[in-house]
Amino acid sequence: MATTSAERSVAARGAMAPLPYVVARKRRETRDVWTLELEPVDEAIEQIRPGQFTMLYRFGVGEAPISSSGDPELGFRLVHTMREAGQVTRGLCAAKPGDLVGVRGPFGNAWPVDTARGKDVVFVAGGIGLPPLRGAVYDVLAHRNGFGRVVLLYGGRSPGELVFRSDVERWRSRLDVDVEVTVDTAGHDWRGNVGVVTKLIPRAPFDPANAVAFVVGPEIMMRFAAAALIERGLPQESLWISMERTMRCGVGLCGHCQLGPTLICRDGPVYRWDEMRPWLEVAAL
Amino acid sequence: MRTLDAVITDSPVFEGLTQEQLELIGGCASNVGFEAGERLFREGDRADAFFLVRHGLVSLEAYVPNRGPITVETIGPGEIVGWSWLVPPYMWHFTGRAVDDVRAVQFDGACLRRKCDDDPVLGYELLTRFALVLVDRLQATRLQLMDVYGDNVG
Amino acid sequence: MQPVRAGSSVDAMAEVLAAADLGVLLGALGARGYRVVGPRVAAGVIQYAELDDAGDLPRGWTDEQAPGSYRLARRDDDAYFGYAVGPHSWKRELLPPRVRLWQASRDGLAVEEEETDYQPTAFVGVRPCELAAIAIQDRVFLDGRFADRDYAARRADVFLVAVECGSPSSLCFCSSLGTGPGATDGFDLALTELHAGEHRFLVRSGSSAGNAVLADLPTRPAARADLETAEQVVEDAARAQAGRFAAEDVHDLLLRNLESPHWDAVAERCLSCGNCTLVCPTCFCTHVEDTSSLDGETAARDRVWDTCFSLRYAEMHGGNTRPTTRARYRQWLTHKLATWEDQFGTSGCVGCGRCIAWCPAAIDIRAEVAAIRQEDAHAHA
Repeated sequence: MATTSAERSVAARGAMAPLPYVVARKRRETRDVWTLELEPVDEAIEQIRPGQFTMLYRFGVGEAPISSSGDPELGFRLVHTMREAGQVTRGLCAAKPGDLVGVRGPFGNAWPVDTARGKDVVFVAGGIGLPPLRGAVYDVLAHRNGFGRVVLLYGGRSPGELVFRSDVERWRSRLDVDVEVTVDTAGHDWRGNVGVVTKLIPRAPFDPANAVAFVVGPEIMMRFAAAALIERGLPQESLWISMERTMRCGVGLCGHCQLGPTLICRDGPVYRWDEMRPWLEVAAL
Repeated sequence: MRTLDAVITDSPVFEGLTQEQLELIGGCASNVGFEAGERLFREGDRADAFFLVRHGLVSLEAYVPNRGPITVETIGPGEIVGWSWLVPPYMWHFTGRAVDDVRAVQFDGACLRRKCDDDPVLGYELLTRFALVLVDRLQATRLQLMDVYGDNVG
Repeated sequence: MQPVRAGSSVDAMAEVLAAADLGVLLGALGARGYRVVGPRVAAGVIQYAELDDAGDLPRGWTDEQAPGSYRLARRDDDAYFGYAVGPHSWKRELLPPRVRLWQASRDGLAVEEEETDYQPTAFVGVRPCELAAIAIQDRVFLDGRFADRDYAARRADVFLVAVECGSPSSLCFCSSLGTGPGATDGFDLALTELHAGEHRFLVRSGSSAGNAVLADLPTRPAARADLETAEQVVEDAARAQAGRFAAEDVHDLLLRNLESPHWDAVAERCLSCGNCTLVCPTCFCTHVEDTSSLDGETAARDRVWDTCFSLRYAEMHGGNTRPTTRARYRQWLTHKLATWEDQFGTSGCVGCGRCIAWCPAAIDIRAEVAAIRQEDAHAHA
């Protein structure tokens, strides 16, 4: 880091300027969860990988960090599934095909699916945690022979709040994938499991001595799921989660997303359990 | 098709019991089956049994006025349904219903209670194991209570 | 900790400038097209503003600082730089409080980025701790995967005239952190003010740009005595700070005491006002402000200073991950002294003492860390 007044390279197209994308398709997943499929108007962002996110911009309103929920094989189209949680996401969910949305990204790191090669793969998703995992599930299934048993455990609040039902049903109908779905609460018309998703872990058909797990959901659900997986003998280094914190810039320059020693937009959102666990144990860190 | 005794012996719930104790328990056990939709027990009835599910799913329901029957939990293969037989007033707190075709081992709770009265060591062993079942249920219920998928942070 | 020594590897370019000729330096900078910014007395403080000539400098002034207190006082000599630091830092120039990033029109969502319009500027009177602070912010804004465009543009156009410290305040602890009181690198020119005998400045160059300006000044080569006197100034300034802050192991100390009851004690005094973050020369948090015109046809994005003490800082769809003052104070101090290192490779603190002077509750981070250290020692006794 040398001298003053030396020429420092100025960044090319600024990391804070969104690119225009058009809403190509829109699909309602549940009462308040929508999937937008976006195509670039002109310039496209770099190929996004499962686990990464973009900052989606609703004109004049603001931005929100949304994980990719699309199939990595399907190239240039961006797929984002989001819940109407605030002003920006409500604005994005209200967009219609043909509307423009701003995109910055891809940011963050991807699910290390390669670390699961030759091993059993366990996906544990809670609620809106399934969208960030979907791309990784597609990836594993597209290269099915490279992995051992593939297990998906999905928990939602109630049957009406389960997302990607057709995907989940399709995966379940495969002979080489084990899928278990559970809900926290249900009425009489639900013929499936009722109970927390962690309950599905003790009986899930995988070998903890030779497996990798990818877990996404509300933080408390990830903590309980991790505890259950580790109790079954899964090594902490084989457990990956996805973290979330307030984000503003998404590029490691504004300070908001830090949690202890890490900047989530830069070092995450995918983390290995043993690296993140100590920081999750401190309240209000 | 395994024998009844083998199912009991292999179940993690009864792990660590002596052969004698297992036989005592086996003496109170029988195989049962329920068709999908059939009721195993009703909320409020006397609880003189518990079940070890072998196949299928059992749902625990409560009837809530205006909402109808709500499923609070489903219990699957290898799991125990029922701890009310062990604690007064020995009444079922929920209704148990077979979600699909269920095969289970039914244990005569009244019979077992008598045996535990005669053999406190057996009683202690069973209570300890059922305490674990209760703890598990409590943890899970608390998580459900937190409604983590709801509209709040985290 | 060894004080940073004056006159290190660039002895060959050490010259002496008479104090009366200080104005020639400012003039030489102006002649090269630099806008000159430096210290001047205004509003009861020594702040950074544009300088027209040497007469604008705070000659004969010093600052008396204590926790929660800053007062200007007259010196009994006519030193130009006989003070420590004021509430301003150079981040006002390099990371202005509000910067427009872009404007966009609704039609086609066409984004037009703002080009930084920054006149080349000479910073005069940069303290060694401030050189360190600039280097720390360089790592944040220039060395990551994404660089900050506006910061990079400004940074490329500044000329740094450092001035070593001869009058540290009671709050200074740069020597404990190795960020002063002497200047070793990161500057174009470095001055050390000498009073003993002739009022003069030792001038060292730290770059080719510095060499060029130095060549225009009526200097004479530095004699052995000049170099030794300058070294003495720095040594005295370092010795005055002895024992003020135990920097060893601060990172691990704070991170193993995140649940210390001491955080509750500080939280009772802290007003969560954020003054510390405003005056701190390394605090860099910003907020992205998206706005639109009344007719909805144009939108804009600004980058605005933010503070982790703001209640909304950690707001996240429907909740807040740091809802208490305790959580936010802990975040600020542990980031500054510990996790900054994990994130960017250096400490975030340069020991300038501003946060101590400008805290309305007179919280002294040196005392806070010492309290945690003591508690930690008892807990592990």
